[in-house]
Amino acid sequence: MATRTDPKKDVVIIGLGWTGSIMGMELANEGLQVLALERGPDRDTVPDFAYPGIVDELRYGIRCELMQQTRNWTLTMRHDTKKQALPYRVLGSFLPGDGVGGAGVHWNGHNWRPLEAEWRLRSYIEETFGKEAIPEGMTIQDWGVTAAEMEPYLDRFEYVAGISGKAGNIQGKIMPGGNPFEAPRSREYPMPPLANTYDASLFADAARAMGYHPFPRPAANASRAYTNEYGMQLGPCNYCGFCERFGCMNYSKSSPQTCILGALKRKPNFSYRANAEVLRIEKASDGKTATGVTWIDTQTKQEVFQPADLVLVCAYALNNVHMLMLSQIGEQYDPLTETGTLGRNYSYQMSGGTTLYFSDKQFNPFIGTGSVGMTIDDFAISQIDVKKEGFIGGSYITGGHTGGRPIGQMPLPPGTPRWGKGWKEAVGKWYGHSMSIGSHGSNMSYRDCYLDLDPTYKDQYGRPLMRMTFDWKDNDIKMTLFMKARVEAIAKSMNPEKMASGFKGEGAHYDIRPYQSTHNVGGAIMGHDPKTSAVNRYLQSWHCHNVFVIGASAFPQNLQYNPTGAVGGLAYWAAAAIRRDYLKNPRPLV
Amino acid sequence: MRTFFRALLALVILAVVGIAAIAFFPTSHSAPAQSLPADWKPKPGQGLYVAQMADCMACHTTANGKPFAGGLGIESPFGLIYTSNITPDKDAGIGGWTLDQFRAALVDGVAPGNRRLYPAMPYENYRAMSEEDIRALYDYFMKEVKPVAERPPATQLAFPYNQRWGIRVWNWLALGKAGFNPAESVVGADPSLRRGAYLVQALGHCGACHSPRTDLFAQQGLTGADARFLTGGVIGDWVAPDLRGAKSAAQRWSHEQLKAFLRTGRNAETGVTGEMALAIEHSLSHMTDDDATAMTAYLQALGPGGPRKPGGPAAPASDADGIVARLDASTDATAKKLAAAKDLTEGERLYLDNCAVCHFTDGRGAPEVFPALAGNSLVTSAKPQGLITTILIGAAMPSTALRPERLIMPGFAQRLDDEEVAALAGFLRKAWGNDAAAVTPGTVADTRKKAVAHAK
Repeated sequence: MATRTDPKKDVVIIGLGWTGSIMGMELANEGLQVLALERGPDRDTVPDFAYPGIVDELRYGIRCELMQQTRNWTLTMRHDTKKQALPYRVLGSFLPGDGVGGAGVHWNGHNWRPLEAEWRLRSYIEETFGKEAIPEGMTIQDWGVTAAEMEPYLDRFEYVAGISGKAGNIQGKIMPGGNPFEAPRSREYPMPPLANTYDASLFADAARAMGYHPFPRPAANASRAYTNEYGMQLGPCNYCGFCERFGCMNYSKSSPQTCILGALKRKPNFSYRANAEVLRIEKASDGKTATGVTWIDTQTKQEVFQPADLVLVCAYALNNVHMLMLSQIGEQYDPLTETGTLGRNYSYQMSGGTTLYFSDKQFNPFIGTGSVGMTIDDFAISQIDVKKEGFIGGSYITGGHTGGRPIGQMPLPPGTPRWGKGWKEAVGKWYGHSMSIGSHGSNMSYRDCYLDLDPTYKDQYGRPLMRMTFDWKDNDIKMTLFMKARVEAIAKSMNPEKMASGFKGEGAHYDIRPYQSTHNVGGAIMGHDPKTSAVNRYLQSWHCHNVFVIGASAFPQNLQYNPTGAVGGLAYWAAAAIRRDYLKNPRPLV
Repeated sequence: MRTFFRALLALVILAVVGIAAIAFFPTSHSAPAQSLPADWKPKPGQGLYVAQMADCMACHTTANGKPFAGGLGIESPFGLIYTSNITPDKDAGIGGWTLDQFRAALVDGVAPGNRRLYPAMPYENYRAMSEEDIRALYDYFMKEVKPVAERPPATQLAFPYNQRWGIRVWNWLALGKAGFNPAESVVGADPSLRRGAYLVQALGHCGACHSPRTDLFAQQGLTGADARFLTGGVIGDWVAPDLRGAKSAAQRWSHEQLKAFLRTGRNAETGVTGEMALAIEHSLSHMTDDDATAMTAYLQALGPGGPRKPGGPAAPASDADGIVARLDASTDATAKKLAAAKDLTEGERLYLDNCAVCHFTDGRGAPEVFPALAGNSLVTSAKPQGLITTILIGAAMPSTALRPERLIMPGFAQRLDDEEVAALAGFLRKAWGNDAAAVTPGTVADTRKKAVAHAK
């Protein structure tokens, strides 16, 4: 029971990362009273990411101090519905962010737009290859929006975040040096690409020689000084190699802090609380609207009811879904009956890579940044002949190192001893002499990959943990093996002394221990039909019209790309619908 | 402004001679500079704007205190001066003051009961305020500011500085005629330049820091007609730079660059440090675009070239990669040596280890984000304490409407000892064509004590 009721706000936002900051700014600009509640601590560039404290790999890279700690929040996992799910006790496969800025603090900064085909994937596959091309059990669907509709909002996010890149398709015109397979964009990136590292140049040369189309990876790492529409500023990146898992010391990585929060905090009608964990969204007696949220001060343990007219669920994708489940907003998905939509279509990311060793090349890997590198999209989803290859999906393939940190970024050839003299000798011989080529690929959604509440395990507040039921499927394994062959062919053409690949093989099961990707998507997906989606095309709950659920939880299946660009675009898209249509007449927009 | 108290020393001698005459000669207040109709009313927001431009908040509000409730302790060699409560509370504040009494405080430095204000209150400059602005300000303080019934601590200076009647002599010597005389602003009839002159001379009280002081610690020149006006002042260990010389930043910069600096505390070349950051955050950043243009134009009109037209590049020219105008490492000795990173001095090594990631090996930083150190007046100042303080405790750009981010340079006090700071500062003062004297570890140690105490 809440022990206190605070004065009503127009808008309450759950989570103050990228989407919470964007929604906060857009709705504060409407003159609304906006309160954001963030479960983690307050964080800012100084003091939290200041040099030299932040360049501590053990503290932030290994012990993950900027991430959600599993003692505070976790979920349970199992491979299929017949198994007992067990808690994710040690961070491994994915690293949800925590604190003000959320995962926007510790990302690498790969900022992509989905392909045209990806926004309407089921339609694209059916139109191009026939309905029968979609295997039984695969539940992919259209997003309910198109690339053309989303372009202005994706563009807006890229200009707020300050992305360094090279356009490949401006209003239908293919631009040399960019990605020729991308959806048309209205204009060039706000900043030119980052300077390439040596390995990226070697990869690009090799890819070009094989007839592919290398282009610079679009980077949320500033290649120059930049000022965005809010007057917020980025400084040029110094390639220190401490992006992913770290906050940026240099005001160079796009984050809620560097791009939005300084301006948002100045607004008298916006406020936020850190260490304020929302326990549930409260519903009106008729169940058709939310009345506000109940949150707990994680320091004092006091519970507070915060009434609000509009509730924006802006937490991490998994937490968005969990919050809706705990608040009973929407009907739980059941894979047996295929009823309900909440928790449906959870998907992940399929990736692999090959490491190349050259004793005669010095890569200086400590000079790197989260998103520097060259990429090819010649094997994108839209370039794959589904009938010929036997899978739906695609990957981008990329080279370029993000850093050369001593603990986590020290690749050594297979067969190297794990410790002792042999290990030391190998470090001396190979540090700085290796590079890798990675594939970053799609993951389709399936009937039996989903999220629900765990029947056994509860969190510190007595709420059921969320349960993830997920495993790799043949379609996606085929996709990654296809990419393995392409990556290895490029690698071989570069004549490394040794090479070693890491791709999932036939029969592989999802392993939660090694880090793979913090790209957990779906579970509260968007779409045209309330029977198959949890939110409508404006990310508005089908069940409570004053609840909007913003984030990668809306993805009906995963992109072949990193999700943040699409997430930022969706936030601006939803904010525009709220400002244009919802506020003057609150109701279901569809 | 705070050091004027040393002038009182001289006053004491005068006072002994003229004590009776000074104490009992009847006080007269300056008349309004213009006559306004009795029913004149300020436009909405006019009074707030005058309060912002005059930066009343800066001294009359403590860091966590209620607006205008006073109590800010201003350090002086003679003791701590507490600012007064200027909220409309009848007892603790100025709620009982008439307009005439309010005007007398602003332009004559006299509070009701003929109590002399210490000239920490810049009535030398406010003396030029227009009657409209005084009326608008009075209206604002009486009607819009919330009364606060808190009495700030009483200022208790030791004898003889507690003898306020002595200030009267200083007033006779320091003060000119009340009111703003555009003829003294050397700007001709251009209304924008006249507006700029008024903002600089009167409301902005720029001269309080940026003009040199006489032996009696009065500002040397209160208008542009005086060649010494705004040619640089000293506040404690910091230097308020010359704004008029050919080599001064204010005159070297384009109109757009100076305007950007005034409104946001940053421009293509530099970022604000020291007390000026507060003046920008609380006062100058609130300027209208027209007023910012006017102030900029007037300041640059005071330069050796006289008035010039707005315009000029918004940022330094970019290099071939479009990144930032880099010094040519092949011609600049410092940039060349840092890039090669061979046989480094301690100062050079410390720079590479601690500073170069933002300020670059060519010392040019990045526009609006990382200040350039090459040619930076704080770096090459005759007094190195400002530079040392910045190295030790860092610096923060002000948050303003146009540039909201409080870009912060972290301090290095925990990381660098006195010898290292001296080596680093000494390097900076000779690098990239900079030419200023070396710094001793002793100066760093002294500055560290003050800076660390101040930061607490």
